[in-house]
Amino acid sequence: MITRRDLLKKFVKTATGVMIPLAAFEIIDPKKLFADKPFKTDEAKVRWVFLVDTYKCVGCGLCVKACKTENEIPYDANVTRTWVERYVVTKNGNIYADTPKGARDGFTTNRIDLGMGKKQDIKKEDIKKAFFVPKLCNQCDNPSCVQVCPVGATYQAPDGVVLVDRKWCIGCGYCIMACPYGVRFFHPKYHVAEKCNFCYHRINKGMKTACVGACPFGARMIGNIKDPGDPVTKILMTERVGVLKEEYGTKPQVYYIGLDKEVR
Amino acid sequence: MLEMVHGEAWTIKELFTYPNEYIYWSAQIVMYPFMTGLVAGAFVLSSLYHVFGIKELKEIARFALVFSFALLFVAPMPIVLHLQHPLRGINVFMTPHFTSAIAAFGIVFSTYGAIVASELWFMYRKHFVEVSLPLKKKTDKSFAEWVKYLVFGALTLGVYDTSEESLKRDGKAIKILAAVGIPVACFLHGYAGFIFGSVKANALWMTPLMPVIFIMSAIVSGIALCIITYLVTVEIKKFMISRKKASIAGFQTKEEISNVEFNVIKMTSKYLIFFMVFAISLELLDLIFRGYTAVKSWDVLRSVIYGKDFSSIFILQYGIGNLIPFMLFIMPGLTIRRIVIGAILVLFGVFMMRWNVVIGGQAFSLTFAGYMHYHLPIVPNNIETFKEGMGGVLAILAMPFVLFWMFIKIFPVFDYKESH
Repeated sequence: MITRRDLLKKFVKTATGVMIPLAAFEIIDPKKLFADKPFKTDEAKVRWVFLVDTYKCVGCGLCVKACKTENEIPYDANVTRTWVERYVVTKNGNIYADTPKGARDGFTTNRIDLGMGKKQDIKKEDIKKAFFVPKLCNQCDNPSCVQVCPVGATYQAPDGVVLVDRKWCIGCGYCIMACPYGVRFFHPKYHVAEKCNFCYHRINKGMKTACVGACPFGARMIGNIKDPGDPVTKILMTERVGVLKEEYGTKPQVYYIGLDKEVR
Repeated sequence: MLEMVHGEAWTIKELFTYPNEYIYWSAQIVMYPFMTGLVAGAFVLSSLYHVFGIKELKEIARFALVFSFALLFVAPMPIVLHLQHPLRGINVFMTPHFTSAIAAFGIVFSTYGAIVASELWFMYRKHFVEVSLPLKKKTDKSFAEWVKYLVFGALTLGVYDTSEESLKRDGKAIKILAAVGIPVACFLHGYAGFIFGSVKANALWMTPLMPVIFIMSAIVSGIALCIITYLVTVEIKKFMISRKKASIAGFQTKEEISNVEFNVIKMTSKYLIFFMVFAISLELLDLIFRGYTAVKSWDVLRSVIYGKDFSSIFILQYGIGNLIPFMLFIMPGLTIRRIVIGAILVLFGVFMMRWNVVIGGQAFSLTFAGYMHYHLPIVPNNIETFKEGMGGVLAILAMPFVLFWMFIKIFPVFDYKESH
């Protein structure tokens, strides 16, 4: 027979027992940690976007050099946050493309790097067209890398930039697999997912990204699409621009002038 | 000094690839779906008896459940060996980010673990009581007896009721757990398939069929492994009987064991073929569909499937891993030896299927204009090439057998006569 006193005692015990774990749940609300679902960017006043004018790029690789130095990516490691691709289309319809060492040292030879130590000579008179395409993280509006991170270590800031928490990333590589642009890699020193973040530490202080600053030809521009007076916004509003791999539904935010159908 | 990037040690890049592309998901990610597949398969096999009452599978059912439990502990190990920060693996439980297919791992895995553990408990409850009760009464226990008493006493969870009525209730509980366990086991593995199938950036992986293909091949591999392990353990038992020239509780003679053995194995192999036909049909459907629709990625996929990976897909996986065992199983005059060879080949085939999905999915570049070749590190030159190389793979493969050997000391699978 249970007495009223016993019943009350048991009730208090149970209630306390339930409250303790519930309280713990409240403390680690991921939203408060700013690491949950992508923030609704239209509520923010800033949305960083990038504009690449491929007509202006000469493939010097100064942007890649600057990026590696600025963001402490080991200089000789075969990974990079940004890179430049060279495309050569010949008159007989062959398409060649390469990016030796991410074009860190520019394109010092006319020979195309085919990998596995092989090089391809192409005669100048055989070339129909050739051009350079700089690449970097597209800071997508619908980032698949953020979607697949099992611990919320990669997340999108209110201004659209996708960031990685080096202290929380478990290094599973799922985000690397999910990115259709191949911009992600494991940092050789920290062994966590690494990617271009538009030099977040610089743009938040009103500076340009390292690659924009290093480009002697103005092929790279960064801007705030929410600001109608921003030079990048003006170009995006008035000129015809393209994005990469639209078909994946990631809504990339790096825009290109002079994109070609051969660009991968 | 040049700092090696993760993946660089075993990746060779050909033609046009992005600079950051490497085979990031290597041998251990092949092992992960292979091992979870075995877990799920072994469980489904045991449930065929408990739920659907297929009497011929009675002997192997209990065995399969204990083996599934051993495999269960091994299934997450490949991930631990794969993670760049294994100690942070716990973060998945602390801040699960549920838009990610991996985030549910902790929940699905522990649910499944709880089901298998409780089913085992109901099955062996009587045994725990029978072992611990006499020890409890014994006053002068030796140290070994003390340990045994403590272990088995704890395992009874304080329930010593072994009346007819309570055992009947146990049987009911087992049946319910086994039934609930089937969808959970399928989910555990189907979800491993979902991890791959939902990667939209990967042209080879992205198909809604992936979870179903994974489940079917999982059941196939689980049954095959149970057949092999069952036969090996029965042979050991027979060997011991002939050496002792005495009867061991449960079975009287060597001949009796052989009879039971053959019937069980023959029946089990029928189910193996049944699920194998499903698995192959789905895989071929996927292949035909890709070729017929021929979307943008098909050119590079075709060059991988019919070119670079031809031998590992069509010779090793479909030929040696599927076609030959299929013939071995359906030809008349089935013998144990043929079943064993067939089961080993089936296991190999399922392993190659996982390999061709995981490694094959990274054999081509995101540019669709280049390739990556994988070279499994055999002799390790650092910790990375050990844990994600041959050493790590062999360690993972050996682990379930070691655990099984330990578990059968607590959950006897042969010398135990009981109604369930």
